[in-house]
Amino acid sequence: MKINKLLTGATLALGLATGAFADGHEKTKVGFVYVGPVGDGGWTYEHNQGRLAVEEHFGDAVETVFVESVPEGPDAERVMTQMALQGADLIFTTSFGYMDQTINVAGKFPDVKFEHATGYKQADNVSVYSARFYEGRAVQGHIAGHMTESNVIGYIASFPIPEVIRGINSAYLHAKEVNPDVEFKIVWAYTWFDPAKEAEAATVLIEQGADVILQHTDSTAPQAAAQTAGNVVTFGQASDMAEFGPFPRVSSIIDNWSPYYIARTQAVIDGTWESTNTWDGIAPGMVEIGDITDAVPADVKASAEALIASMEAGEYHPFTGPVNKQDGSAWLADGEVADDGTLAGMNFYVEGISGDIPQ
Amino acid sequence: MDLSAINPILLLASLMVAATPILLAAIGELVVERAGVLNLGVEGMMITGAVCGFIVAVNTGSPWLGFIGAAIGGALLSVIFGVLTQFLLSNQVATGLALTLFGLGLSALMGQGYIGIKAPSFPDWHIPLLGDIPVIGPIIFQHDPMVYLGLLIIAATWAFLKYSRAGLILRAVGENHEAAHALGYHVMRVRMLAIMFGGACAGLGGAYLSLVRVPQWTEGMTAGAGWIALAIVVFASWRPGRLLLGAYLFGGVTVLQLNLQAAGAAIAVEYLSMAPYLATIAVLVIMRAGRAPGSLGQSFHASR
Repeated sequence: MKINKLLTGATLALGLATGAFADGHEKTKVGFVYVGPVGDGGWTYEHNQGRLAVEEHFGDAVETVFVESVPEGPDAERVMTQMALQGADLIFTTSFGYMDQTINVAGKFPDVKFEHATGYKQADNVSVYSARFYEGRAVQGHIAGHMTESNVIGYIASFPIPEVIRGINSAYLHAKEVNPDVEFKIVWAYTWFDPAKEAEAATVLIEQGADVILQHTDSTAPQAAAQTAGNVVTFGQASDMAEFGPFPRVSSIIDNWSPYYIARTQAVIDGTWESTNTWDGIAPGMVEIGDITDAVPADVKASAEALIASMEAGEYHPFTGPVNKQDGSAWLADGEVADDGTLAGMNFYVEGISGDIPQ
Repeated sequence: MDLSAINPILLLASLMVAATPILLAAIGELVVERAGVLNLGVEGMMITGAVCGFIVAVNTGSPWLGFIGAAIGGALLSVIFGVLTQFLLSNQVATGLALTLFGLGLSALMGQGYIGIKAPSFPDWHIPLLGDIPVIGPIIFQHDPMVYLGLLIIAATWAFLKYSRAGLILRAVGENHEAAHALGYHVMRVRMLAIMFGGACAGLGGAYLSLVRVPQWTEGMTAGAGWIALAIVVFASWRPGRLLLGAYLFGGVTVLQLNLQAAGAAIAVEYLSMAPYLATIAVLVIMRAGRAPGSLGQSFHASR
């Protein structure tokens, strides 16, 4: 009993000490809420790299705090409230499922600035930011369509939200473009991070004939499963996952949040922060394409690089018509480019993908 | 829908693999609970076992030593729980929850330098003769040794609890620790041993994830498997046979639902995702007969 009380006391004292420290307010304090552990090797890892970049850039002028593995739900609200109470000036909430919680907490702390990743609800002190991952997915689809021999591409999807559906559509369109026989098998894992389940999903897809696995979950488990299978191609997701190159990982989408995080922190320090809606892609460098390895034939690599260059130059948009919706109705006319509003709320498959999106 | 894409042999074979981590963790917890202790720290012990096993296996190059390291790591962590709850009489529920949080943090710390490293491979056994039987061979007799070790532990635990004198004492301690104490049995010693066995099994289950199932180290990689193991113990009415059924059912439906999704089955994905939980609970509740050990979760002190 005594030990328990002692421990509780010590924890409390520690909490108070950090709280008191923050109240000094000499430094700008930036908080980060992560959905997975910083060591996931994917999504959260890259957000944490952004946090470290902020620390390095500002040195002693800025203090950062983070909480990892925060469930998307009421618990997130508690974590954000705690951060705000401890004196954070700017809080990045880095998962789609924190959207309503961010808005709620932001309402209670009008002086604290919030930045919510991949969402669409803004407020006076809530900005939203995201990356045009679908540009990276276009490159993946292009390479995948060339690389597949079974013409079956497995896709491990996480949650049926617009960001994930955009990725599937973009990858499919560009795989289909180079390989008309291609077929997508999609598994919804209903998790961002569960290595065992991701490995199982990858194994199931491979058993059902897929020889390319695309993933929209955060761990490297599908890469390991593909490696075990031997002849299956994968792509790094959110982070480079270079340790699985040159094969099975033949390329990757890397989220580079550092410039954005530094710019927003600077804005808070300068007092110029405003609620904004940022959606950047390959051109500004928020989405990077990891090294395309030599496992990819030279001509495919060249055409993939040409595709990247055309998006970088702003000449090509991955959703350019003619594109029909899954039910056959027309969506984009010939040469028409999808508008951001439709993309942000995308809830339909394009023509050719089988199966239904869970609602 | 193209159900022909699903290969039933591969499906049944992967069922055994998918169920093994939960099976190992659950059988350890079953023994702990039969001794009257409720240890909610299974998740923490699993993940600690996962990282210990991974570290040992990578450094020695031997997955077997890795599994031994995982069992020791899990058992050591459970000793903390044992000392706090048995000798310092802390609340078992709170201590178990704290153990999970502690284990998650500790494993993340220990695993710092091991992210992105590959584990030494742990080859499947192709059992001669038995493995060559058509259909049954690939389903049952072509797995890695840990699958069989898991089954062996289940069988041994069943026999131990049912037939051995030591098993009887353990059950007596769990049913009524006052009476067991009055008979001269050392309640705390029995419980400490049970807790350590539970920790070792949870460690093995965790290491199965990091060395065979995934196989690599990632923070938080158990992702709730320990909680499922805990639930299966309760729904299996604290009986090893039903626990085996529950774990295989859960593993089986998990693999089946992913297969159905990939094959494009016309069942809504939400229902498929729920299926493993629903099926396991439904079957085990319908079969349910037993009751919880009498002294489960209560602290014992010889002076009372």
